[in-house]
Amino acid sequence: MKNRVTPLVRFVVLTILAALMLTPLAWALAASLRPPEVPFALGNVFFGSSLSLANYAKAFSLAPFARYYANTIMQVVAIIGVQVITASLAAFAFTRYRFAGDRALFTIILLQMMIPTAALLVPNFSTIRFLRLYDTIPGIALPFFGSAFATFLLRQTFLSLPRDLADAAAIDGCRWDQELRHVYLSTARSSLAAIVLSSLSYHWNDFLWPLVITQSDAVRPLTAGLVRFTQMGEIGAQWGLLSAATMIVTLPLFVVFVVFQKQFVRGYISSGIK
Amino acid sequence: MAPTLFFVVVFTLLPLGEVLVGSLFKHKLNIPKYQVPIFAGLGNFSDLFKDPEFLQVLANTGIYVLVLIPVLLIGALGLAFLLDEKLKGLAFFRLAVFHPTVLPLVSAATIWMFFFTPGYGLWNQLLRLFGYSGPQNWAGNPSLALFAIALIAFWKNVGFLMLFFLTGLQNLDRSLIEAARLDGAGGPRLVTGIILPLIRRQTLFVTTIAFIGAFQTVDHVFVLTQGGPSGTSTLPLYYLWQLRFERLDIGRGDAVTVMLIFALLAFTVTNTLISERHEK
Repeated sequence: MKNRVTPLVRFVVLTILAALMLTPLAWALAASLRPPEVPFALGNVFFGSSLSLANYAKAFSLAPFARYYANTIMQVVAIIGVQVITASLAAFAFTRYRFAGDRALFTIILLQMMIPTAALLVPNFSTIRFLRLYDTIPGIALPFFGSAFATFLLRQTFLSLPRDLADAAAIDGCRWDQELRHVYLSTARSSLAAIVLSSLSYHWNDFLWPLVITQSDAVRPLTAGLVRFTQMGEIGAQWGLLSAATMIVTLPLFVVFVVFQKQFVRGYISSGIK
Repeated sequence: MAPTLFFVVVFTLLPLGEVLVGSLFKHKLNIPKYQVPIFAGLGNFSDLFKDPEFLQVLANTGIYVLVLIPVLLIGALGLAFLLDEKLKGLAFFRLAVFHPTVLPLVSAATIWMFFFTPGYGLWNQLLRLFGYSGPQNWAGNPSLALFAIALIAFWKNVGFLMLFFLTGLQNLDRSLIEAARLDGAGGPRLVTGIILPLIRRQTLFVTTIAFIGAFQTVDHVFVLTQGGPSGTSTLPLYYLWQLRFERLDIGRGDAVTVMLIFALLAFTVTNTLISERHEK
């Protein structure tokens, strides 16, 4: 479509909008790198006299961010790993086999896409308590082990594969698990990437569920750790320090995003959920 | 299939039944009389609708959704138009608009908390360019706190929603639009008369996920306002958290969960039905 708006006008408008959108992150980055002894003042909110990593060092000394990292990574890896396996199996079953009630069962799984797990916070909390998994990493991860979205997306991908190919593999003596791995999953790489990346960003950023299901620093992930950090009494309004903590939580995923931008965007489009 | 089904049953289906039943009982952990659930019929629901606090949550939700969602849709669509055609630096502009999607909402809210701080917060300085007299702490002002929350949600989600409009625009049949233009349709008429009907499916979808998203995330409420001042920025999921984990009122927590789920389901199902009817 040829826009009536000239490219130059578009360029200027977009430059202004992009600057506005980027201000928070750019600003937090700049604030985190100020030397702590240079106070924030009107007209001098962006840069201090020199760059310094002192805020980062202090943030790491005040709260166990390394522990939080490990917790977030363990939780995310566990969720993604199990999700991919359970979803592959389910999608394979729903693609390859016909059985009584298969449609009803598929509908039950899809129900999860309409009822966000976030809304089931209260009953899931009771379940995890009942299973004696309160304040453990498995307790954070367990409710997300079955993913309707991943099952749905993989099934769509599997269905688009010619049936003959799978039949040929079966005739060649492939066992069902070989068929799943070599025929179906090997052609579903981009769907798998979409699942992994959208799940990664959802669970890296998830806050409310980890907040209620953890109480100790030993299992708390980055997001819950950050909020606890901001509410620590001795932090007060030390914005340089707070910005450093924010960057510690934010930057790794942001870097992954910039590197895998295309795959991320594809993942988001196919998911429609964060 | 069985493992997925197992987890969906245990963490979606059973909890659903649990809250449906639980919402019918008075059950409070901090009041001895109600430590064992007592059947109360629809008592939790009728109590809630008599409770000014809950009514305020409903009002907050109404304002939040009615302000945020239209602005989000218009913003996302506008950005999609701007980012559709080739332009120098397009990849960078898309990144700039989209990047908040990837940031944790708690991080974003922490940064914005600083923005709203009177004195050296950038927000007031930005507004001053437009003649605003500040300084004003948005997060601490009863009539502005909810809008501060909505502003963060806008910044965080507009690029994400833009993506779906952009996909819609890029899949449009260009010859159709050229034809309309030759017929003299231009500017706003082209957009409302031709393009919008063609991307109706995307619009419905974007509305649905914007709506669900608005209910699903309250991380910024935790960081920025804790629902305050005096309850003016409490949203349903935050209220749910307060009921269950601060006041230990399980019965009401279940009742609010039930209403939340039904609101989400009703919206999703209605939108799906509308879009399917249009398909036929």
